[in-house]
Amino acid sequence: MENQTKRYWKGLEELRNDETFVKNASSEFGNLEKPESTPNNSIVDGLGDLGDRRDFLKVLGFGMAAVSLAACDAPVKNSLPYVNKPTDTFPTIADWYASTYSEGGDYASIMVKTREGRPIKIEGNNQSSINKGGTSARAQASLLGLYDVEKLKGPKKGEADADWDAVDKEIVAQLAAVAARGGAISIVSSTIISPSTKAVIADFTAKYPTTKHITYDANSVWGLIKANADSFGKAVVPSYDFSKAEVIVGLSCDFLATWVSSAESVRQYAQTRKLSSAKGGKRTMSRHYQFETVMSMTGSNADYRVAVKPSQEGAVAVALYNKLTGGRAASLGEQADKMLTKAAADLKAANGASLVVSGSNDPNVQTIVNAINATLGAYGKTINLNAPVYYRQGNDMAMNAFIDEAKAGKVGAVLFYEANPVYDHPRGAELKEALTKTALSISFADRADETASLCKYITPAPHFLECWGDAEPKAGHYSLIQPTISPIYKTRQAQSSLLKWAGASSDYYAYVRNFWKSNMGTGNFEQFWVKCLHDGVYEPAAGISESGASYLGNTAGAISAIGAAKSSALEVVLYEKVGMGTGAMANNPWLQEFPEPITKACWDNYASMSQKTAKDNDLSQGDVIKVEVGGKSVEVPVLIQPGQANETIALAIGYGREKAGKSGNGVGVNVYPMASLKSGYLSFNAGTGTMAKTGEKRDIAQTQTHETVMGRKAVVQEGRLANYKKNTMEGRFLPKIHTSEGLKSPGDITLWNGYQKPNHSWGMVIDLNSCNGCGACVVSCQAENNVQVVGRQEVVNRREMHWIRIDRYYSTDVDDKVEEMGLIDGPRALEIASENPDVVFQPLMCQHCTNAPCETVCPVLATTHSSEGLNQMAYNRCIGTRYCANNCPFKVRRFNWFKYFDNDNFDYHFNNDLGKMVINPDVTVRSRGVIEKCSMCVQRIQEGKLTAKKDRRRPVDGEIITACAQSCPTEAIAFGDMNDPESRISQLLAEEKEGRAFTMLEEINVKPVVSYLVKIRNKDVEKKATEAHAAEAHGGH
Amino acid sequence: MKSLNFLKSSFIIRFTLCVGLLYAGQLAAQDGDAANGETLFKNNCASCHNPGDQVVVGPGLKGIQQRRDLAWLVKWVKNPNGVIASGDQYAVDLYNKYGKAQMTAFPSYGEKEVKDILAYVEKYNTAPAVVAVPGGGAAQPAGTTSGPSDLFTYLLVALLIVMLLVLGVLMTIVSVLSKAVTGTEGTQATGETFMERLRGGLTTFAQNKAVRTASVWFFILMATKATLDGMYGIGIQQGYAPKQPISFSHKLHAGQYKIDCNYCHTGVNRGKSAHIPSANICMNCHGVIKKESPEIQKIYAAVEANKPVEWVRVHNLPDLAYFNHAQHVNVGGVQCVQCHGEIEKMEVVQQRSSLTMGWCIDCHRKTEVNTKGNDYYTKLVSLHKTTTKESLKVADIGGLECSKCHY
Repeated sequence: MENQTKRYWKGLEELRNDETFVKNASSEFGNLEKPESTPNNSIVDGLGDLGDRRDFLKVLGFGMAAVSLAACDAPVKNSLPYVNKPTDTFPTIADWYASTYSEGGDYASIMVKTREGRPIKIEGNNQSSINKGGTSARAQASLLGLYDVEKLKGPKKGEADADWDAVDKEIVAQLAAVAARGGAISIVSSTIISPSTKAVIADFTAKYPTTKHITYDANSVWGLIKANADSFGKAVVPSYDFSKAEVIVGLSCDFLATWVSSAESVRQYAQTRKLSSAKGGKRTMSRHYQFETVMSMTGSNADYRVAVKPSQEGAVAVALYNKLTGGRAASLGEQADKMLTKAAADLKAANGASLVVSGSNDPNVQTIVNAINATLGAYGKTINLNAPVYYRQGNDMAMNAFIDEAKAGKVGAVLFYEANPVYDHPRGAELKEALTKTALSISFADRADETASLCKYITPAPHFLECWGDAEPKAGHYSLIQPTISPIYKTRQAQSSLLKWAGASSDYYAYVRNFWKSNMGTGNFEQFWVKCLHDGVYEPAAGISESGASYLGNTAGAISAIGAAKSSALEVVLYEKVGMGTGAMANNPWLQEFPEPITKACWDNYASMSQKTAKDNDLSQGDVIKVEVGGKSVEVPVLIQPGQANETIALAIGYGREKAGKSGNGVGVNVYPMASLKSGYLSFNAGTGTMAKTGEKRDIAQTQTHETVMGRKAVVQEGRLANYKKNTMEGRFLPKIHTSEGLKSPGDITLWNGYQKPNHSWGMVIDLNSCNGCGACVVSCQAENNVQVVGRQEVVNRREMHWIRIDRYYSTDVDDKVEEMGLIDGPRALEIASENPDVVFQPLMCQHCTNAPCETVCPVLATTHSSEGLNQMAYNRCIGTRYCANNCPFKVRRFNWFKYFDNDNFDYHFNNDLGKMVINPDVTVRSRGVIEKCSMCVQRIQEGKLTAKKDRRRPVDGEIITACAQSCPTEAIAFGDMNDPESRISQLLAEEKEGRAFTMLEEINVKPVVSYLVKIRNKDVEKKATEAHAAEAHGGH
Repeated sequence: MKSLNFLKSSFIIRFTLCVGLLYAGQLAAQDGDAANGETLFKNNCASCHNPGDQVVVGPGLKGIQQRRDLAWLVKWVKNPNGVIASGDQYAVDLYNKYGKAQMTAFPSYGEKEVKDILAYVEKYNTAPAVVAVPGGGAAQPAGTTSGPSDLFTYLLVALLIVMLLVLGVLMTIVSVLSKAVTGTEGTQATGETFMERLRGGLTTFAQNKAVRTASVWFFILMATKATLDGMYGIGIQQGYAPKQPISFSHKLHAGQYKIDCNYCHTGVNRGKSAHIPSANICMNCHGVIKKESPEIQKIYAAVEANKPVEWVRVHNLPDLAYFNHAQHVNVGGVQCVQCHGEIEKMEVVQQRSSLTMGWCIDCHRKTEVNTKGNDYYTKLVSLHKTTTKESLKVADIGGLECSKCHY
């Protein structure tokens, strides 16, 4: 280019050497004049001339930088002390108050833990002789109802908000008008076990003499009460003492979960099932026969269980009666006949130490049952008519009569107290219509539910934790309800409202106090009252004498009324689920996500049926079918339930709420309308039905889908009582590993060094014999550890968060043939759920392995071992690789796929300020992207240790206890310090070392600190022996 | 300024000396220890009694020794209810006169304590000049604390100037000397001055690639470290001293009046939180003291409106960390100052410690467990002794484990 002579130019400007060209020559884009900016071309309002894209980005970038820099400054937090601190309350130190939980026949005397004035946990009251420290899942979950933001915030007149003064004035005027013209005033309630509330109603009746009090229960036992009235002249439900029964026969009776006084029965029953491998220890247990349609929680615990159709309910009772009295019993099928004969023989041999109970609401069936118990001499031994229980007093006839009157327009005024009959009564639809004809209708419901929304007035009552009150669950056993928080909304107790309308003082606290003063008070009332409030219970009749009763029932009449079993092709039966109950607490996400003990399903009801019925009708799990009974139909998905009677469909009540709230509305379908009224008695045997496939599919949210242990004896170990009596190691599986030096036990060959535990060594022993699968521990853990609810879809995605789950395994007689079948066929054979499997419940939480596989794979040391034997989880260190969860042999680690709190996609109370008041302040609320798992309630361990240190002493055994162990109604879970030789857990382990204690997956030598005690069944061994013999002869090895 | 300050402090020292002598003189004249008495009185009695003749809740104590004898007083202080119940006419009259308000019993007090208090009361009333002392005394620590720090700065600056001067002189000497050297041996030299050679040397040095690379890296590393340090500092509020809604002075209450921390922070031995005192604790004293102060008026306003005072939280731990005061103060025997700094000298409370995990861990590593008289640790101590001669540190009993603080 040196000899360049040509000149190249890009344009005339360059050639001319224009001034503008020279000025801009070196800049690539040129500094061209910007066009006048118009207000419209600014992307950001108010940016004016900056409105070009780059400037916008600059501003945005600067803005973000500025915001994030500013955010580096911690926000100012305020500390608000009391203005006038109460003397005995200290912030951050929990206060406990005794109170009472009572809901739909479920009762528990409870202790309420409050922090900074808000209740955060419910535990059982040890002083109560009824539940003795145990609770149910529902009692545990009832706490969350307190913080339900969808409750009414004040009284309502129709749709409009009203104020109390105006509402009171109008109601009083209208009541007076109704009373003046002699119109009927009806108070419709579910069972009231509060004696003072009954007195309030009596006072109200005195003021308005036309008042009638109608009691009904969604799950009624009026038939039992009626039968007792006929048989013994006492219209009561007697108290049953399962602890004294050596032989128990249940006839469609879920007495451990949903029948009357389950709070008491569950503990008594477990007592009879406990065993000890210690020298001279208890080697006897009760034998339990169960004849039922649906596989109930109670049935799953039975030693012998027979599936019978609902139509055979009465026939089974009659057959058992005949076998006992030597009469001719009609055949009910080979299996049933065999078991009835066996049961009859055992019952006779027990010599009065037996108990036959039926869940039927048919007075004829109950009369036969009474006759059986009278024949066996159970009255005065296991049944006490002198100490009746009051959990359910509902009168089906009275309710029917009320609905008839309402339909006829004869009811002048109606008041609904803890009752929602439009939803939970079979004639709800009729009542709905009739309510429009009623001049004055008032509901005390806490929300505008199905019934309340039809009422003229809603005068909402607060949650029981905001209330005063009392209860008499059993004759001579009283307990008090005291508020643990001042009313959150402008609500008023129903009792106060009734008193006010009756023209008395609305101070119900004073009323209860006076009631107790005049009815129970002894000596210095002030002292007595304070003691009762403190203890929560007053039991003057704890040791009430039992006496026999002479049976006067018309057995023959009952037998002929029952007649021969008329079995039909397809029978539909309704049942109550352990968690959801009657559906009154449907808006409780904890209960909705509580897996039903048997099906492990949540967030739904479904048509459960046996494998055979499904196969015969060409149905598989998840197929939506239309079930029709008596002109009423529902569409529900199919769930295959091993153990259910063939040709039956079972539907759970308590679902399909329409006006419960966000969590409860539209979950499942309402099957109450299908319940029948047989000669006035409510019956859950809906009768003959039909089903049709709709062609749709619906996933059922189940937390467990593997039904068997797949033959792995290292997971669940079980044995039979007769063998156990001879050998305490019965059912134990002792794995051996092949080494070059021969067979060795896994613990002898290890890569691990173990840990020094100089101070404490926390551990747990879970008795599989005592655990009945009720799931109180699951909800208790959820409340204690801020475990989040994830909702139906996430459960379907297998992302539930429960820290403790109860694995339910089915096993069958095929089990005996596993070895014979070989490794390949064995597990496959087991997957076929049999007709009537045995069930094992195994509570499973983090096993806190000493050689923890999760710890070795965590890349950031977020999970480590403590010197007290705990597998610790540091959430803030976790980066969410989930390696630990993958490497956990027990699958107990849970991953936070989402941020479940403050997230409107998870609308389960934790996204609003009120709902979040339930959070335990001592436990971190985990956020998205971290793993969590059982911590063995380390917050309680730390608190307990600190208490001991402050007192300059060692912790006492029992002082530190995990939430699951504390709430367990059967004391199946023992928690404690294995370094303390005096502790219950140390003694248990010492006793059961050469007995039932085993750890899971022993062959992989992870050394869990949680031990299980082998499940022992009280089954005969003859059959097994002959089988084994046959197998031996057959296999020849 | 410097001299002025010095003058001021010397004056204060002299003044204090005089006052001190005055004290000493009085002390000698008394039976009890008036200083101890003052502490006892201010901590326990002052909320109801005035040492003069003013009636607060109970009677003023001026001339108490003339009214009652020592034996009666000791009996009364130990168990006032008992004395009233015994039917002592004077006690009953007293009880009735003061609105049947019962005096708190001090069963642990003996003759010694009562005498000390009486000595203080005596002193209070005989030497009214002393009453003025607290004001002067308040100024004193301020003077002495600010004095040394200012002085230190001045000294540093002076030292720096001196060093710079020395450097200049040295440079001049070197230059002169080198000139002298080049002057004598000028024929061999290149003719460059020392400064030129220095400059030349420095230039070659600076143009060396290795040096350049090293310095670039040095700066990059320094910058990275500074950034990282800065990032680590995010969320650390060491030195945070927000303005509080009521300008409460710990210096006055804890420092000058020596009110025990526990008196207001009632939770410190019981539970997680030490408790910000409720207004009723303030009212114990301020029901009668300094009622007219606008700051105290704010408490009255809060009480009347039944609205808590919204204090600004100074020490903020993140929610993921669990800290319990009782564990540290009650069980561990840790003094408040160890974490909170010299609160008694703070006009406005400031966060003195970083409150980072490193800071916690560091202390857990160094601190011996307070095992004395605590049966909880007996077994641990004996176990520890079998393995090592080192003392038992918090870290040895799991003080570094995650779930001790994170759950």
